[in-house]
Amino acid sequence: MHHQPESIYLDNAATSWPKPECVPSAMLNFLTNVGANPGRSGHHLSIQAGRIINATRESLCTLFGADDPLKVVFGPNATEALNLALLGLVDPGDHIITTSMEHNAVMRPLRRLEHHGVRLSVVTCDPTGLVDPTDIQKQILPNTKLIATSHASNIVGTLQPIAQIGRIAREHDLLFLVDAAASAGCVPIDMKSDKIDLLAFTGHKSLLGPTGTGGLLIGDRVDATSMRPLKRGGTGSNSASEEQPGHLPDAFESGTLNAVGLAGLCAAVDWIREKDVAKIRRHHQKLTQILIDGLATTDGVTVYGPGRSDRQTTTLSFNLNNMQPSEAGYLLDTQYKICCRVGLHCAPSAHRTIGTYPKGTVRFAPGMFTTMDHIETALRAVANLTRIKP
Amino acid sequence: MNAATYTVILFHTSNHAFRAEKVLKDQQLVCRLIPVPRHLSSDCGVCARIDGDQAQTIENILIQANVEYASIHII
Repeated sequence: MHHQPESIYLDNAATSWPKPECVPSAMLNFLTNVGANPGRSGHHLSIQAGRIINATRESLCTLFGADDPLKVVFGPNATEALNLALLGLVDPGDHIITTSMEHNAVMRPLRRLEHHGVRLSVVTCDPTGLVDPTDIQKQILPNTKLIATSHASNIVGTLQPIAQIGRIAREHDLLFLVDAAASAGCVPIDMKSDKIDLLAFTGHKSLLGPTGTGGLLIGDRVDATSMRPLKRGGTGSNSASEEQPGHLPDAFESGTLNAVGLAGLCAAVDWIREKDVAKIRRHHQKLTQILIDGLATTDGVTVYGPGRSDRQTTTLSFNLNNMQPSEAGYLLDTQYKICCRVGLHCAPSAHRTIGTYPKGTVRFAPGMFTTMDHIETALRAVANLTRIKP
Repeated sequence: MNAATYTVILFHTSNHAFRAEKVLKDQQLVCRLIPVPRHLSSDCGVCARIDGDQAQTIENILIQANVEYASIHII
């Protein structure tokens, strides 16, 4: 029988796959044995669903060093969480500071606010994608309200010094919003020691949960009562009133939650806590360094980003000098069954920062279940592609 | 003989009820989530029921844990 090579999934920065076995199991269990709407009814199945949602809030708080599970607001993804924080808190006349490495999930809401009387400063990062916290500090004005930065770049994995930025924010009495879409679950985050006021996460990337889950953790320094919800509607509470309730998390969770997705996320977060994020991080660094070194020593390959596994996530970008990223992606997929993402990765300003606009890059993002064999096969495949005549 | 006394806590939202259940359980207080008794009005479908008159203990625990509640009743 002809041997079919297995697929090598290096697109974990888009969404992680596969998931730990407990994730689909928890979702199947929810659909099969629980099924009810959390927080809408008083019967035992609804109560069971509500307990699962609450357990998810508690587990995320433990993972991220937050105190109050009722200040975990669920939504479909990090994008909605970032929109909630930015559109909910920022008013005309306010000044916001962000970096040139942001994903469009941060940049587009900010550009929209800019059209409505908000002043925006975008701090340029160095070509590896790293921001200098003192450059952020220099931008602070009397009307600055908030600093918004990603924790990790979705293109080159660059980790920002969030604890330092958090300290600057605290010293100047500013709010600090962190986009942890590319780091939650694979890099340690502690809202207290990193001085994060608002933490936006997605469930389906390195948290290993299903798509359609994400949320915002709101810290004590945020006046949540003055935060505008993105949507208003049924919450299962204050049902006699036609006004949106003010208490958290209901104020920001109108409509039935993705309970089956959150059941999966709960299992995923528990699994990650059991494995320990610090240990996961060490394992990832080992794989990443081998990948970086292998690519960097392959003739005809340009690697972008920090080039050091201790300064980035598993996500990295490169280009082949003899072909466009799209062609490389097509050949990797069809000839080697390697799944990766190519082109521009939803962050035009970040591509300009690292010098890959408008060409884009080939992005490899190993994940929790990537093996050394996968990395070696991928490196051989890239080396083969460099030998193709342009 | 009187029927056994119990404490009922009402919440503005079931999210608070589920959080309270966990917080009370962590303090070894056995708590059951039940549909809100008819004679007590409430905004949400479930309330917490604990055997005995535990109002003061419960109040302390919930305030300590930052869990909002609507009212406490001894029944």
